[in-house]
Amino acid sequence: MSFKRVVVTGLGSITPIGNTVAEMWQNLLAGVSGAGPISHFDHSKHKVHFACEVKNFNPADHFEKKEIRKLDPSVQFARVAARECLADSGIDFDSVDKSNIGVIIASGIGGLAAFEDEVGYYYASEDRIPKFNPYFIPKVLGNIASGHVSIEFGLKGPNFGVVSACASSANAIGTAYDMIRIGRANAMVVGGTEAAITPGSIGGFSVMRALSTNNNEPETASRPFSGSRDGFVMGEGAGCLLLEELEHAVKRGAKIYAELVGYAASSDAYHITATHPDGDGAYMVMLNALNDAGLKPTDVDYINAHGTSTPIGDLSEIKAIRKVFGEHAFNLNISSTKSMTGHLLGAAGALESVISIKSMENNIVPPTIHHREDDIDLNIDYRMNFTFNTPQKRKIDVVMSNSFGFGGQNACLVFKRYAE
Amino acid sequence: MSTAEVEEKVKAIIVEKLGVEESEVTLEASFTNDLGADSLDTVELIMEFEKAFGTEIPEDKAEAITTVGEAIEFLTANAK
Repeated sequence: MSFKRVVVTGLGSITPIGNTVAEMWQNLLAGVSGAGPISHFDHSKHKVHFACEVKNFNPADHFEKKEIRKLDPSVQFARVAARECLADSGIDFDSVDKSNIGVIIASGIGGLAAFEDEVGYYYASEDRIPKFNPYFIPKVLGNIASGHVSIEFGLKGPNFGVVSACASSANAIGTAYDMIRIGRANAMVVGGTEAAITPGSIGGFSVMRALSTNNNEPETASRPFSGSRDGFVMGEGAGCLLLEELEHAVKRGAKIYAELVGYAASSDAYHITATHPDGDGAYMVMLNALNDAGLKPTDVDYINAHGTSTPIGDLSEIKAIRKVFGEHAFNLNISSTKSMTGHLLGAAGALESVISIKSMENNIVPPTIHHREDDIDLNIDYRMNFTFNTPQKRKIDVVMSNSFGFGGQNACLVFKRYAE
Repeated sequence: MSTAEVEEKVKAIIVEKLGVEESEVTLEASFTNDLGADSLDTVELIMEFEKAFGTEIPEDKAEAITTVGEAIEFLTANAK
């Protein structure tokens, strides 16, 4: 059986540095940081006071009033990004078979704000009578964004969620890719969404010491691969792509952004949150994704790194890159756009796939901003090109996007410039 | 509480929760058939009525409340 080819024909995103792909892309090239003081809740007693929040997002601009309170912010982000993606794709749902188009919108945590609110009311009540809102459970479920998108557009193909913490939407894209190439669907609306800037999430991630506590300089706190990095900065938002079987896309005259040519998933099988110190799982997932793509390491022009700005995580990813790419590690561009967007957890893989594809479209590598000082750890070899502080022009024909999640779960995607 | 007061409060809750125009909220209007409520909306409405009127609406009674008029009738008789 020969696999079908899969192409990307639509992009959408809502992010801390722009509520559309076009706005985000401009801000990525301008090196804009999305970080600032948390506005979503009273954080005065938290250890971390900043995050990368989505800005100027008014739900009433996108949804009917009665609908808003039924949708966790994570679902609102997903639906807005999906609308942008599908409008961008130009797909006319009246002229395609919607029973063969599916949806996988992943979330690392799901409707956390709704969960905290509803459970919070219960425990705060004196009588502890369980008076939960009937929309509590449908707001919380991690698969529910996929359901909403299918309802809005009438898409009756495969529909579910994928969960692997910060690798969730990379695994979603990989899973959708597999489904199309073996013929289970003609197209998949795929992406990730997260809205976890909540008291529980900021408190929970900070007690694990995963978050940067650089409260004095929030805008420069996310500084992947720099010596003084001290944790990730929480982001929120959504990314969405339309994956389409090549013939399906060609037949409708779609604009083809890129071809998805490689995917792999792996596990560190090492520790529940810490990455393997030598990046074993990361090494394997990159190698397997290249093999899946039938490409050599030297074919890769740019790696959009996982690079969350944690001391251990960045180090092990770099070790893995060095091991996979050998001397070519010094030739390719690497950057972590989380320096600007923050870490969108389960939405990161989809957002960074969108960014990777925009990079290839424009032949520009967005930078890793906020680099000041090198790490004294010699394993971070600064002969590697981390695209520090300013974007770099480069002919990009192959781009790799890495995503690693708690649980030791790794995913890697390889996109290639489309050629007949 | 007078029937008129109950009616005003009930209609305000329905307008807010179902996002309908006040003119649509007639006494005969059915939550599901006329006002676009689904099963979850109906549960939510009943809970809102309970909160607003400080009363319990037992499940068997709640199932019998399907129109605006039935809600007003029950709540006029049972509001605290």
